[in-house]
Amino acid sequence: MITLLQYRVLLPLVTLIALTGTIFILQPRTMSYFGLSLLFSFILPIALATVAQMFVIAVNEIDLSIGAYVSFATVTVVTYLDTDPAIAVGLLLGAIALHTAVGALIQLFQMPSIVITLGMSFFWGGCALMVRPLPGGHAPDWLTAIVKVKTPFVPFPILACVVLALLLHLLLMRSAVGTIFRGTGGNERAIRNAGLSVTGIKSAMFFLSGLFGVLSGVVLAGLIVSADADIASNYTLLSIAAVILGGGLFVGGIVSPTGAVIGAATLTLAASFLSFINVPADWQTGAQGAILIIALALRGITERYEH
Amino acid sequence: MNTRFSIKSTVGSAPWIWSYAAAAVMALVTITFSRASGGLDLLTASMSFATFFALTGVAQLFVITLGPGNIDLSIPANINLSAAVAMQVMGGSDTMVLIGLLAAMAVGSLVGLGNYLLIALLKIPPIIATLASSFVVQSIAIAYAGGYRVQPPPGLKEFVRAKIGPVPLMALAAILITMCLAVLLHKTPFGRGITALGQNPTAARLANIAVERTRALTYALAATIAAFCGVLLAAFSGGSSLEMGNEYLLSSIAVVVIGGTAITGGRSFLSGVWGASFFLFLLITMLNALGASPGLRLMMMGIIICLVVFLASFRNAGIGQAVFAPLLKASRRPR
Repeated sequence: MITLLQYRVLLPLVTLIALTGTIFILQPRTMSYFGLSLLFSFILPIALATVAQMFVIAVNEIDLSIGAYVSFATVTVVTYLDTDPAIAVGLLLGAIALHTAVGALIQLFQMPSIVITLGMSFFWGGCALMVRPLPGGHAPDWLTAIVKVKTPFVPFPILACVVLALLLHLLLMRSAVGTIFRGTGGNERAIRNAGLSVTGIKSAMFFLSGLFGVLSGVVLAGLIVSADADIASNYTLLSIAAVILGGGLFVGGIVSPTGAVIGAATLTLAASFLSFINVPADWQTGAQGAILIIALALRGITERYEH
Repeated sequence: MNTRFSIKSTVGSAPWIWSYAAAAVMALVTITFSRASGGLDLLTASMSFATFFALTGVAQLFVITLGPGNIDLSIPANINLSAAVAMQVMGGSDTMVLIGLLAAMAVGSLVGLGNYLLIALLKIPPIIATLASSFVVQSIAIAYAGGYRVQPPPGLKEFVRAKIGPVPLMALAAILITMCLAVLLHKTPFGRGITALGQNPTAARLANIAVERTRALTYALAATIAAFCGVLLAAFSGGSSLEMGNEYLLSSIAVVVIGGTAITGGRSFLSGVWGASFFLFLLITMLNALGASPGLRLMMMGIIICLVVFLASFRNAGIGQAVFAPLLKASRRPR
């Protein structure tokens, strides 16, 4: 079991190091504080959205609404936080509450999360469009200052991701609560027989997912110049891919927080990597797909060796 | 045997009826609110646009029937590529329509086989495999079409706009195709194999069903249907574009589920896909007629899709019982 977990984290890490190494060789100027901040500038919101997805996947559900949800949080921040902070905070708290309620209803009525969150993605997309029908907006200066802070030696996005991975590792893999969370994905009946409420646990996971989704939106808002209602719509599929790339499985409560953050970093870097090796713009999406396929194929091979 | 007619058991065994009921309600509301435009125009428009929702939904349904986790996210990219191939091969000439159509469907079946190979050889979950392949397919479409918009041949353009009375010919053809596919799914050994796989893969294997071949053919068939839809869509909208398939990703899943098909596979209703497609189009029309902003329209669509799934989740039980039983159970559960 220990080797299994090690492999799960090791492989995405190796992929990430290989990508970073190749970029360093191709463009040595990236091997600096400034170069690294540039390469990893958008890693934090993607990592936070991936974590949000991971909480939901840990309890055998899936969230197809996270991209629209993060977009909603972002446009809310750039539209209201500076001028009417009360409205912004109210909307964001309301979003978390609604997301939690959706999780509870999915469990109570045994509805397929893939369809309900699909419907919710329309809902959040509509909300985002109502808040910001046209691109624009402005994040408060203090928020921009925080997310673009210059930390000594290691750029802030990388530092924040390491801290995030460590904290989540402690919460999910090392604590009693984390075992119960993952156990719900592994064996729902056992959790129920132990006298715990599965509905309560799933609501908690959707609450955490909603919280991290809002965090992702807030950080994204600080990084960008202007936002539109579609700004994070590709986060839905990106976050699912990152969780799986990081060693997570759709069923069985098997997730790895460190792996998920590394998976998010790998996918973020893949885009930069492709522009460095001069892949024509037409083929960049395709090459990103190819990187995803290769990384997952490697994972399949190592897993077969383990068994 | 109980031969008495019972509404409850009839609806229980035919959950697709709900999608038609929902569509009928939407039609009534839309006609009431839009006053000016006639009911016949609405019928023509809804049949034309429902065709695209329905064909992509039918493609998705075949994959979903295969069982939990099976889904095809490459439908939009597939539509974009096959439509571009068809329009280029046809080159605006009526004599090449059939060859262009076949070329598009060949491309589609290759995409489907590619999806299957990724899933089977690399052991990747279908949702990720088809996502990755959609990236690759979309890139090929971009590189191949290069942003040119080729006009569809005049004959094909005429066909997709032709009507018998108020009924579009294209919709009739698509309904006929759906009927053939229904026979394929419910009456042939191949189709029953798909359903069997969705219900219990182990039992299907023990019953001597060629599991891998069935999976491969199903992914290929679904992608071929999507490619066919792409050609119609390109002809209908005056040429192929590289984003025209994108709106059919979420809708293809939504119409399958609203149509009463189990998302976990093994229990599928092709007729429901059409009811749900009418419903979806009429819903959009109604929200337009009410003068809703694009944001409000999307929001309402989300709420109504969730509501339909919510109601469908207990269509076998009485509604009152279904609402209160889980709440009671939750309150009795130990803390």
